[in-house]
Amino acid sequence: MTTWIIIAILAIIVIYFIAQYNGLVKLRNWVQESFSQIDVQLKRRHDLIPNLVETVKGYAKHEKETLNQVIEARNGLISGTPQQRIEADNQIEGALKSIFALAESYPDLKANQNFLQLQEELATTENKVAYSRQLYNKTVKDYNIKRESFPSNIIAGMFNFKREELLTIPEAERDVPKVTF
Amino acid sequence: MLYQQIQQNKRKTLVLLTFFCFLVLVIGWAVGYFLNGDMLSGPIIAAVVLAFYVPITFASARAQVLSMAGAREIKKSDNPMVFNVVEELALAANVPMPKIYIVDDPSPNAFATGMKPESSVIAFTSGLLERLNREEIAAVTAHEFSHIRNYDIRLMTLCIALVGVIVVVADIGQRMFFWGGGRSNKRNNEKSNPIFMIIALVLIILAPLVAQFVQLAVSRNREYLADASAVELTRDPQGLINALTKISSDDKGMKHVKDATASMYISNPFGKKRKKTNWFATHPSTESRIERLKAM
Repeated sequence: MTTWIIIAILAIIVIYFIAQYNGLVKLRNWVQESFSQIDVQLKRRHDLIPNLVETVKGYAKHEKETLNQVIEARNGLISGTPQQRIEADNQIEGALKSIFALAESYPDLKANQNFLQLQEELATTENKVAYSRQLYNKTVKDYNIKRESFPSNIIAGMFNFKREELLTIPEAERDVPKVTF
Repeated sequence: MLYQQIQQNKRKTLVLLTFFCFLVLVIGWAVGYFLNGDMLSGPIIAAVVLAFYVPITFASARAQVLSMAGAREIKKSDNPMVFNVVEELALAANVPMPKIYIVDDPSPNAFATGMKPESSVIAFTSGLLERLNREEIAAVTAHEFSHIRNYDIRLMTLCIALVGVIVVVADIGQRMFFWGGGRSNKRNNEKSNPIFMIIALVLIILAPLVAQFVQLAVSRNREYLADASAVELTRDPQGLINALTKISSDDKGMKHVKDATASMYISNPFGKKRKKTNWFATHPSTESRIERLKAM
């Protein structure tokens, strides 16, 4: 009788542990999936920027420096850690703002259909990065809470579930960047 | 919070469905009693009608609502900006991308419909897309996504489709009453109880009103809720404040709005000119919505 009780208790514990393990796996996958959303948008921005630069070059020849800056920075979008890529995106957003501000002084450029389309596409990818980052941080938070709370932290330790980091924007860059050219 | 809203909406949908079936049966009884003088034929016919109508309504409610509103689908190439805005918020709300419809009307307004988030539709009037800027359209879209996420749309869509049948049934009853009345007076040999006659008459007249009240019961607080969750998505209360201000500043109202669909719009589609009494107010006043948004 007692052996049966012990076996039953053990079985319950094992089943419980399996459920906890599966819960952690599910959350870890959600974290990866939500990062892939950001990834898609960052790559899209990376691909859009050369088009924008080409379009702007035709109208604003004197702005080479700003344009080169963007071209150089754009590789940061697709390489490095997630946090580095988000930071690169932030810098590029600042530079793009100055390009769009600069369009104000070139009426032909401002009326260019291609330019307007690129401006809209870049704006939407930027918003999508922001929204998917919001979702990513929420998912990471859920995962980390599960990873650290008892008793799932035992399983997380046993199977080496690593802590995921939130994507943050440095305080200084959260302000509107200064437009200088 | 969202989970509770979903549960509540599912429960309300069930209550609504039960209530409507009951109401249709009672109306069937009233019409049957009045015309034939027996208690059974009316409810039986009503039950048969319900057995066909309810499943058909489930399948076609979204299409019915869209055609009542006079909306047509658009492609991404028709208005890339709107598609981008909706895509952005679909990402933020973690909901599949809905279809986008346009109602050709100069008055700015919007609504969402569908039976579940996976097959939802957001419709904007052409006036809204012309007058509102990107941030404001995003705020309106976020508001509609809140209705989509918490299953408000299913409740609302079913409500509108079911109100349709009640109005139709009551209409038939009313017509029969007017020309059937003389005939039944002639065969006076039938024992007709005047009290039942009066009840039947009252039901026929009240049915559309009752249907309307049900709709209002589901409608008012959810607008505040949807405003709040919209801001949670966009983190931009000012965008929604500006959008609501612009939408409500239009006092002409929409050209073709059916009473049944009025409560699904983001803002009262009748405009200021056709102000109904408070009983019929489908929406809380824009002022009080803006006040709450400012307090956030």
